[in-house]
Amino acid sequence: MTAQQERTHSIDMSSILSVKEESQHPYETCIKVENLNLFYGDKQALYNINMEMPKKKVTAYIGPSGCGKSTLLRCINRMNDLVDCAKIDGKILLDDENIYDKAVNVAALRRRVGMVFQKPNPFPKSIFENVAYGLRIQGINDKRILEETVENSLRGAALWDEMKDRLNDNALGISGGQQQRLVIARAIAIEPEVLLLDEPASALDPISTLKIEELINELKEKYTIVIVTHNMQQAARVSDYTAFMYMGELIEMGATSELFTNPVKKQTEDYITGRYG
Amino acid sequence: MDNSKIGHHISEQFNIELEDIRNKVLTMGGLVERQIELAVEAYTTGNMELAEQVIKQDNQVDALEVAIDLECTQIMALRQPTAFDLRLLITVIKVIHEIERVGDKAERIAEMAIQLAGVESKFPHHELEHMAELVKSMLHDALDSFARMSVEDVPAITALDDNVDREYDNILRQLITRMMEDPRNITRTLDVLWTVRALERIGDHACYICEHLVYMIKGEDVRHLSHEELERKVNVAR
Repeated sequence: MTAQQERTHSIDMSSILSVKEESQHPYETCIKVENLNLFYGDKQALYNINMEMPKKKVTAYIGPSGCGKSTLLRCINRMNDLVDCAKIDGKILLDDENIYDKAVNVAALRRRVGMVFQKPNPFPKSIFENVAYGLRIQGINDKRILEETVENSLRGAALWDEMKDRLNDNALGISGGQQQRLVIARAIAIEPEVLLLDEPASALDPISTLKIEELINELKEKYTIVIVTHNMQQAARVSDYTAFMYMGELIEMGATSELFTNPVKKQTEDYITGRYG
Repeated sequence: MDNSKIGHHISEQFNIELEDIRNKVLTMGGLVERQIELAVEAYTTGNMELAEQVIKQDNQVDALEVAIDLECTQIMALRQPTAFDLRLLITVIKVIHEIERVGDKAERIAEMAIQLAGVESKFPHHELEHMAELVKSMLHDALDSFARMSVEDVPAITALDDNVDREYDNILRQLITRMMEDPRNITRTLDVLWTVRALERIGDHACYICEHLVYMIKGEDVRHLSHEELERKVNVAR
């Protein structure tokens, strides 16, 4: 066999590649952001954002500090409503319904879109009551339902085995990593559709971080997850899609495996490889 | 895209590390080019000292391969490179493997030079020298493209491989005829064949280096594609 024959030895690459592409692209959209602009007073923080987040997938936002990624995340459950000077125009569609529509009940929206913050914020109550809290404020006090939900939520947050014998202990007495998973259990107890995670592991040690990442991987079977992280390797590990933001603009969004090996935009490349633009 | 691709990291140390790896690859490439030159000269002139020198120097090439591999591994572990940086390191690991194989081929030619020393006619001399010139220029241009971090010349370099193959088939035919003419020639003719085969493989390795280079610059895997497809992917603007 000559060298040329050796080199062009016929392997039909197109079939392999097309399968890969097909399995990547068709997805059901859960959240759709349309022409979103956000101002804090006179200062514009988000510029004409358009993006789609697929259902039951993990989407990560990355970008330097102040690029607007947390602001965008907070738009998805209207947390920015609580900021006096914030003004928003554009749409965010959750299952084809604009969440900024006047008819939308914000409390109901936040039940559908749960959020976990950077620092674990359990209530100064027992572990059991922390997880049951969401149900209790909905008026559910049936002991059996509460017990079942608490167990399922703690299992869902990979915390049941560690906590089952100390459900009545004060939640402030457990470790930071456990607290963060407890907060996630509290968020999933009310069965939201979407989970927003704002730097969920940045205050945790490496092992707790890995546990949270493992948990995210399990949670995406049931929930659509959007995560903001400063840790690019974390975004690369946990997300299916990654959006890179810079100075309030969405620069590039794509499949994580593509974005981290072969980004299209130079700004993305400079950021993820640690270069100054 | 140019050499500045390697620099401009916020971490100056990272720039230095990548630049160092790039320089080591070029050193290794230069060394191997010289090895081929000396081996072919030893073969055609029957200069045994030269042949011995080539065989001895191959361990320098091997040592460089090991050292560069180690540096790449360390950078991957410590810096978790992404995008171009990641493709650069993956490409370097593959390219130095190709270069090391070329070094082995040079050593092979030197060994054959020793085997065939004193044999009156090392037929077919001219064709073999021509083929050596061809593959040397392919390898040189491939390494030059790597140094410039440019894929511009890749289609032209890989296209030359057809010429090498034609040349190889040509010589092979002549050698077979020779062996049929007189079976006593078989042992010696086979030694010539190993030499020609080594040269032909050097052309292949030059092509592989080009393919790895396209992956590094364009992010496109062009291995196992036809020449036309390779050319198309190289010309996609990026």
